Amino acid sequence: RSEAPIPDPFWASLSSSSMAATSSAPSLVDTLFQRSLDDLIRSLRSSSSSSVLEAAAITRALDEIRREIRSPDLDTKAVALQKLTYLASLHHLDMSWAAFHALELLPSPSLPHPRVAYLAASLSFHPSSTDLLPLATHQLRKHLAPSPANTPALVAPALHVLALASSADLACHLAPDLLPILSGQSSNPLRPKAIATALRALAVCPDAAPVLFKPLVDCLSLSSEPSAVSAAVSAFCELALAAPDPSPYLPLAPEFYRLLVDSRNNWVLIKVLKIFARLAPLERRLAVRILDPVCQLLRRSPAKSVVFECIRTVLSSLSDHDSAVRLAVDKIKEFLASDDDLNLRYLGLQALAMLGPAYLWAVEESREVVIRSLNDTDTNIRHQALCLIMGMLRESNVVEICNLLFKYAMKSDPDFANEILDAVLATCGRNVYELIVDFDWYVSLLGEMARNPHCAKGDEIERQLVDIGLRVRDARPELVRVARDLLIDPALLGNPFLCRVLSAAAWVSGEYVESSRNLLELVETLLQPRTNLLSLLVRAVYIQAVFKVVTFSFISFIKQIQAFDTKSSADRNSAFENENDVATADKAVIFDSIDNNETIKHESLSHLLDFVETTVGPLSECDNVEIQERARNVLGLIHIIRETQYWDIVAEHELTRDKKISEIVELMEAAFSEELGPVSTNAQKRVTVPEDLILNENLSDLAEVLGDIDVTPCTSISFSLRCHHPTETKEDSAPVIEPSSLLAEHRKRHGLYYLPTEKDEVESNDYPLANEPLLAVSHVDDAKDIVKLTAQSFIPRKAKPTKPRPVVIRLDEGDGDSSSGLTMVKEFKDDLLSGAIRNVLLGNESKPSSSCDMSSDRTSRRGENDASNNNDLFSQPKESNALDGREHRKSSSRKSRHHTRHKEKNGSLGNEDIEETSHRHSTRSSRHQGRHKHRERGDAPPDVVSQEPVIQDFLL
Amino acid sequence: MIRAVIVMNTQGKPRLLKFYEFQPPEKQHELTRSVFAVLSGRPDNVSNFVEADAIFGPGTRLVYKHLATLYFVFVFDSCENELAMLDLIQVLVETLDRCFKNVCELDIVFNFNKMHTILDEIIFGGQVLETSSERVLKAVEEISRLEKSSSSVSFVPKSVSGRFGR
Repeated sequence: RSEAPIPDPFWASLSSSSMAATSSAPSLVDTLFQRSLDDLIRSLRSSSSSSVLEAAAITRALDEIRREIRSPDLDTKAVALQKLTYLASLHHLDMSWAAFHALELLPSPSLPHPRVAYLAASLSFHPSSTDLLPLATHQLRKHLAPSPANTPALVAPALHVLALASSADLACHLAPDLLPILSGQSSNPLRPKAIATALRALAVCPDAAPVLFKPLVDCLSLSSEPSAVSAAVSAFCELALAAPDPSPYLPLAPEFYRLLVDSRNNWVLIKVLKIFARLAPLERRLAVRILDPVCQLLRRSPAKSVVFECIRTVLSSLSDHDSAVRLAVDKIKEFLASDDDLNLRYLGLQALAMLGPAYLWAVEESREVVIRSLNDTDTNIRHQALCLIMGMLRESNVVEICNLLFKYAMKSDPDFANEILDAVLATCGRNVYELIVDFDWYVSLLGEMARNPHCAKGDEIERQLVDIGLRVRDARPELVRVARDLLIDPALLGNPFLCRVLSAAAWVSGEYVESSRNLLELVETLLQPRTNLLSLLVRAVYIQAVFKVVTFSFISFIKQIQAFDTKSSADRNSAFENENDVATADKAVIFDSIDNNETIKHESLSHLLDFVETTVGPLSECDNVEIQERARNVLGLIHIIRETQYWDIVAEHELTRDKKISEIVELMEAAFSEELGPVSTNAQKRVTVPEDLILNENLSDLAEVLGDIDVTPCTSISFSLRCHHPTETKEDSAPVIEPSSLLAEHRKRHGLYYLPTEKDEVESNDYPLANEPLLAVSHVDDAKDIVKLTAQSFIPRKAKPTKPRPVVIRLDEGDGDSSSGLTMVKEFKDDLLSGAIRNVLLGNESKPSSSCDMSSDRTSRRGENDASNNNDLFSQPKESNALDGREHRKSSSRKSRHHTRHKEKNGSLGNEDIEETSHRHSTRSSRHQGRHKHRERGDAPPDVVSQEPVIQDFLL
Repeated sequence: MIRAVIVMNTQGKPRLLKFYEFQPPEKQHELTRSVFAVLSGRPDNVSNFVEADAIFGPGTRLVYKHLATLYFVFVFDSCENELAMLDLIQVLVETLDRCFKNVCELDIVFNFNKMHTILDEIIFGGQVLETSSERVLKAVEEISRLEKSSSSVSFVPKSVSGRFGR
């Protein structure tokens, strides 16, 4: 298309008139002098110097396109669409508004038009953004039909749209149209593309399995073109790896085995190996069978990719076979030794990481390479090495290795330093610190980590400091010491990453103040002038800690006098037993500290109060409410203390006679003595429901009143559920009683505020005691020394008992593994697909397990001639039977849940209605429907049943 | 499966984007930017693999090659072999080189459609279908021949006559 404008007055006048007439419709000038895609690219490149210019150029181009794309002339439209596709793809513009114009170009007889349209569609269409897809159905079907006019140049992009952009409906409708290409001439160049499309169609629409699966299987046959075989193998690899249960693909094992032995195509071999890696764990004899060819490949194949895939297959699925693993480990060492190829070294390290704990010797043998890799320039390799080292951490070597890594982190670049800290924190904190025996060491390591200049892991350190405080009583004194060291260092206050750590340190020293050595120093630290560098919330924590320290020193001061007064220790004990019995142990600690170490003098307490008053005083005017409130609390407390009678009297004995003081002491003790602990996520369940609270009583009238009004009424209801005091319940009980549907509705809407309801909590403190040798910390001056130092073995040595592991409070629900919810949907879908495939391959209506059928078949045939193998024969199917049974039960329970939900929802409807809606909505039942439909056409199942014996022969 | 193919220059400007799982435009923008951020931080002479879990979801890998002013990036999941993907980049680059005779960034900039045609011959719907650059080239040439013969009739005059004919 020529781009030079022709200076002709006729065109000029025409264009201006038409422009005036319809400003939005494309003018003739637009059509004639339309900028081509190249022109657009050129103009964008010339304006690419500044983003403003470029944005302007894009806006102008878009305006142009909007006009041109409405042109009745298809060439103009096609060029406009092409430009739009370019902009959308590389400049990230939305082009869903032009979907209809793309569809308009599809029927054009000129090849470039539909190609442009299909490209646009494959790049931008998706069921989620385009609701016009159904309009393309007819045209796609027309283009897929076998006809000389439909050249590969036209059919291929049509298939691509079907593969990338189709909805479940479209895929189901058009699946039969793929058949002529899939099962037609083997030389059809479109066949591989149709296979790839069929794979995608199966993914979005499992109902298509009865139609598509059989032709896909046929593509594996000997007579197919190599390219079709390769495509089909990739497709099966994709299916088998995505399926939660790959057993439906077991009957195809003979085909794959043939390919594994015969094929010379590396791409095919890789995919076949991947399939076997998935299938071998299901069938032990299959693993034995493929062992030899895989080892052959491992030894002989010149292609590193195939070798690596063999290694992966051996390590993941054939790890019971020692010789194979040894061979694989040898190959891994070759990979690791290739100094010039970093890719191989990286993959070698990864392969090492795949080795299970049973093969630690292999990692041990390559220890030097692993450690050296920590020093590599490539971050990948360093990361992998770090992972390997973390994987080798045991109770016996955790101290040694963590110290080493920590020292190394001091010297490495910030990113990697943080990666190391992250790894150490994650590994040591795993499963409630299961690796840690010596908590004193770990707590001081946490403190040192915070001092690492690159440290950006403050959040996790904060969490662990507080968490250890809550869970490990024995670690508290050391924790308080570490916290003091952190708090007292003025250099740390300016580091924004450490804010959180300091906040934890302040909390710890306030909460466990009884372990503190020097209260005045602590208060001075918490109120040092540089704390104004901290964020306001952290300062609030600091002030709250001061509050606790003041309380504690006052209480201990009074106690001390009381003890002094009464002299006798027996008296003292009984006085304590009378009080709140929650924290007697804590009080014992308090006593010890008072008895042994310090005696708090009246002057020193008075000095402390003065100091706090002068420093906190100005903060009571602070703008921030948190700080202001806490500062006022502190001042109020000091005020109360001062107000008590005889405070000014120096004679300490006078003081205790004031009754008010003992009241205050009791009050304050009650406020802080109760110990905080970790809370189970299921804690709400343990709250007993008051007897007069009837949650299930009908509240349908409320539902009627409320109708569809959301949120507000529900919130009030949820609050009432919380109260368990009978008095309050009485007040609320009228609105509380609520039908479960309303509750469920509320739960759905405000799921955030609900606690998960899974299992009941069982507290277990019976943690196995383990032991830990205290190894001398080795100093590393140079990165190279690290290699030397870790020349010691990683393999856990028998440790000598030096110190029992302290009790770690542990709640059963565990930390962290709260996934599963999201994956459910996908799993369900996959399940549908593999169910459908099982049906196609095995032709079973009521999907009993594949191996169940096989076993009966097999035993009947084999039973007579081979008695020695019988054990094997019987034990194997049993296993898979159990597995299948579980699968079956799971899916059927899912199904029933599905149905009940429908029933609940449609409770008021008639029976037939329920039938209908559940058919429409439930994919599962629609699968049945679909299957019946296809069954009637009678294309797939009868042929496929004959496949069954094939695997029998192969497996035996 | 291959999740995405990205060709971008060393300034981070995308030259070819193909996502085999639908991504809305804003998401595409974000993904390209994060890929560039990762790649630009990597020095030369390091391995070509990057864990892409953070960008493309769990289990994804990214393999790239830095050639002249361009990054060629393939994103894939556990169904593909890392080293094979590296070879596949080589196949793509070789094909481009033969197709454009010493390919440079400009060729890729100005041949938007042809790039997609070539790529679609090699990777289709996320599956690797063809690894011989010769056969890819033949198929691409055949397509452009058909396109030319089909569009040779329709040039500017036709659109004018079509307009007046109505």
